[in-house]
Amino acid sequence: MITLTVNGRAVEVDDSDPSTPLLWVLRDTLDLVGTKYGCGVGQCGACTVHINNVPMRSCSTPISAAAGQRITTIEGLAKDDGTLTAVQKAWIDLDVAQCGYCQAGQIMTATALLRKNPKPTDEQINTAMFGNLCRCGTYIRIKQAINAASESIAKGGVA
Amino acid sequence: MNAPFISADAYFTDVMREIGALPMPERTQLSRRSILKIGVAGGAGLVLAFQIGGAGKAMAAAPPVKGEFVPNAFLRVAPSGRILIYSKSPEIGQGIKTAFPLIIAEELDAAWTDVDIEQAPINPAVYGRQSAGGSRSIPQSWDQLRQAGAAARAMLVSAAAKDLRVPVSELTTADSEVIHQASGRKIGYGDLAIKAAAQPVPDVKALKLKTRDQYKLIGRSFGGVDNAGIVTGKPLYGIDLKIPGMVYATYTKCPAVGGKVASANLDAIKKLPGVKDAFVLEGNGLVAELMPGVAILADSTWAAFRAKSALQVKWDESDASKDSWSATVAKAKDLAGRNGNEEIVKTGDFDGAYKGAVKKVEAFYSYPFVAHATMEPMNCTAHFKGDSAEIWAGTQTPERILSSTAKMLGLAENKVTVHQIRAGGGFGRRLVNDYAAEAIAISKQAGGIPVKLTWTREDDMAHDFFRPGGFHSFKAGLDANGKMVALSDHFITFTADGKAPVTGGNIPKEEFPFPMMTDAVLTQTMLPLMTPTGAWRAPRSNTNAFAFQSFLHEVSAAAGRDHVEFLLELLGEARWLVPGNDGALNTGRAAGVIKLAAEKAGWGRSLPKGRGLGMAFYFSHAGHFAETAEVSVDANNKVTVHKVIVVGDIGPIINMSSSINQTEGAVIDGISTMNLELSIEKGRIGEGNFDEYPIMRITGIPEVETHFIQSEYAPTGLGEPALPPVAPAVANAVFMATGKRIRQMPFFKALSTQASA
Ligand code: FES
Ligand code: FES
Repeated sequence: MITLTVNGRAVEVDDSDPSTPLLWVLRDTLDLVGTKYGCGVGQCGACTVHINNVPMRSCSTPISAAAGQRITTIEGLAKDDGTLTAVQKAWIDLDVAQCGYCQAGQIMTATALLRKNPKPTDEQINTAMFGNLCRCGTYIRIKQAINAASESIAKGGVA
Repeated sequence: MNAPFISADAYFTDVMREIGALPMPERTQLSRRSILKIGVAGGAGLVLAFQIGGAGKAMAAAPPVKGEFVPNAFLRVAPSGRILIYSKSPEIGQGIKTAFPLIIAEELDAAWTDVDIEQAPINPAVYGRQSAGGSRSIPQSWDQLRQAGAAARAMLVSAAAKDLRVPVSELTTADSEVIHQASGRKIGYGDLAIKAAAQPVPDVKALKLKTRDQYKLIGRSFGGVDNAGIVTGKPLYGIDLKIPGMVYATYTKCPAVGGKVASANLDAIKKLPGVKDAFVLEGNGLVAELMPGVAILADSTWAAFRAKSALQVKWDESDASKDSWSATVAKAKDLAGRNGNEEIVKTGDFDGAYKGAVKKVEAFYSYPFVAHATMEPMNCTAHFKGDSAEIWAGTQTPERILSSTAKMLGLAENKVTVHQIRAGGGFGRRLVNDYAAEAIAISKQAGGIPVKLTWTREDDMAHDFFRPGGFHSFKAGLDANGKMVALSDHFITFTADGKAPVTGGNIPKEEFPFPMMTDAVLTQTMLPLMTPTGAWRAPRSNTNAFAFQSFLHEVSAAAGRDHVEFLLELLGEARWLVPGNDGALNTGRAAGVIKLAAEKAGWGRSLPKGRGLGMAFYFSHAGHFAETAEVSVDANNKVTVHKVIVVGDIGPIINMSSSINQTEGAVIDGISTMNLELSIEKGRIGEGNFDEYPIMRITGIPEVETHFIQSEYAPTGLGEPALPPVAPAVANAVFMATGKRIRQMPFFKALSTQASA
């Protein structure tokens, strides 16, 4: 067994195959299904989580590499009382989602961006979000939501 | 077993009929105007439900609890004042789970904040059509949903009239309350629930529906009802499902459709960690249902995927597809220039008119196969229980799962339960439920254990119902005034059965501008094909629009005419193309969107060198759309689309926010897909994952400006019609910027191989 720290909680998981992608342990073992499978090869970003605050592709991160690290998933963004982050709120306010399947990954990547760089330029947004595909083509609203979240952070909101 | 190979075309024809995209045959038509009738009285109050065609079973989505007002299968009002609305059709990202309840809430005059929303159970006998396709959800349900809300409102008002001892005519409603203005008294819908349940259901003909100026909800912007769940990662999708005792499955089919399992290393697979079972399914030969393959069952998705990568199957490909795209392209180039052997349109004397033309334009257009590539790969959870079956699926046609599963398992339809679940994208892919047939067949063969089948991305790319490629060989003749006096197209497409074109690869005789031409001919050649094709967002239109709207621009440019003026002249005076059919092209509405798009784009203004402005119009799925694109092209032939202006006329808009989102998505999908292609050789799709099929990323997206002409006609759908004009608008803009004509998708290839026109 190895210990993973997910959303502030330590959990023991089977490591008989240490190459198991973190994605499937989150989804199948820990029932944290907000993190999505899109491609399995690091191409789409649907599986993005934070590992020590860095956005990582959980489909391409073996649990052996995730052990002992601080893992945050989409379920761990909001406060325990349900208060949403500025990014989550902006995603709701701007009605970003169409099918919504990619959006957990988009939000995780955008959140990591804004925590590091609360006032990103258009170019910086493009660079940060490049790895996250949206088949429905919601990119225009994704950008608007990142800018709205950035403004709300400038007024004291939490990314 | 040697099941015959049966293409999916008959299946699609059926689905298209069902969704009203094709006329019904003699078979009984479900009446569009549902009739309200009193149902059975229950202990806790009256259960009233919709009946369709007068003969269906009356039933609510769930039995009412004490004190609830359940006027029909679409809504229930609790004494607390909470209003539960059932959305009857699948949500695939098109926003219907928000739009349908908005329509009901509007006529109910409910406060949107009082409304909770759930998906309705699958029961076509009660709800009528429960599918998502052809942009038909709104037009087909518009009357039914409004009546459901209005009937409930009328019963609440009658109950209040009795309560307040005033005539109904003195009462109004707003924000989930009945109001007696004269006395200033108000009663909330929740307080009226018990009494409303005792009121007779009004005759549908007596219902007074709101006029547009009375709308409080329709036309405004509302966020998607699942938004909060989406941003917090709630289990909303089929792939998120977990039911007790469930095992995880994969299914591996022959990469060339029609191949059968000769042998497989099942014993080795069964020994792998986490694997519970592995077996062969023979299939029933129906591409739209169950093709042969190997199922692997495991205790996690990863264990199943890992085992799948160790699976070795020897395929018997004697009856499998040998399709080759490169051979097809060569053949089509060979056929270009002559007429096809089948005539679709022939009016007047094309040959004579063409011979007499003072200027002639000839061009050959082509486009490849593309995939749907929904973000959520195909998946389904199914439980075969011997004498019944239960299925959970993200699907566009849940009622088809009901009927096909019952047939496949030899069960009565009422022994099959289908749960519709939010789908991570549809675009037409989930009109076919092959993955559901696989899941239930695996559950059955495994001895009746619940199974979640998940396709890998590679499975999803390999086993799609693809948008077919195709070819158009055009000729047009101009007279001395620059008027197009002759037009011909030899359309080269595919057939699976030797009789009709494959799904998504046809051309109707009404294709614009044939109905406007005096001397024109449209012929067709069908090449054999086994690769499954299907409905890809605006099927046939998304490709025909590219060919026709680009070629029309070639013609207007050859004539030295302004393209907008040329299009408007072609359309002629305002009229319905098929009188009496308000789903047909209306030249007045067409001219309206073209003129407004031109005005918004500043048509005719001078642009900096290297920039171009292009325009395209297309009518599909009852929607009239004109779009302009402003582009620049750099020295490496890289096209940048700066801005797209969309003007659409689909009647009144239900939810402005999701309508703009859909439109922006359609534009981005159009730009993305104009640069995509699949290779097919030896019956196999060459592309496996997103690295080989690069759908558009966030870089390079254009600014999109959307305008709706909210005409007085009944509303029609928006999932599809904004997409077809995008590619030709961009191609026409590239010509304006560079003089290079794009006659081939993917565009980047056309530009890298073509010299100046
Ligand atoms: S699933 Fe991990 S990047 Fe696509
Ligand atoms: S919203 Fe559907 S994939 Fe992004």
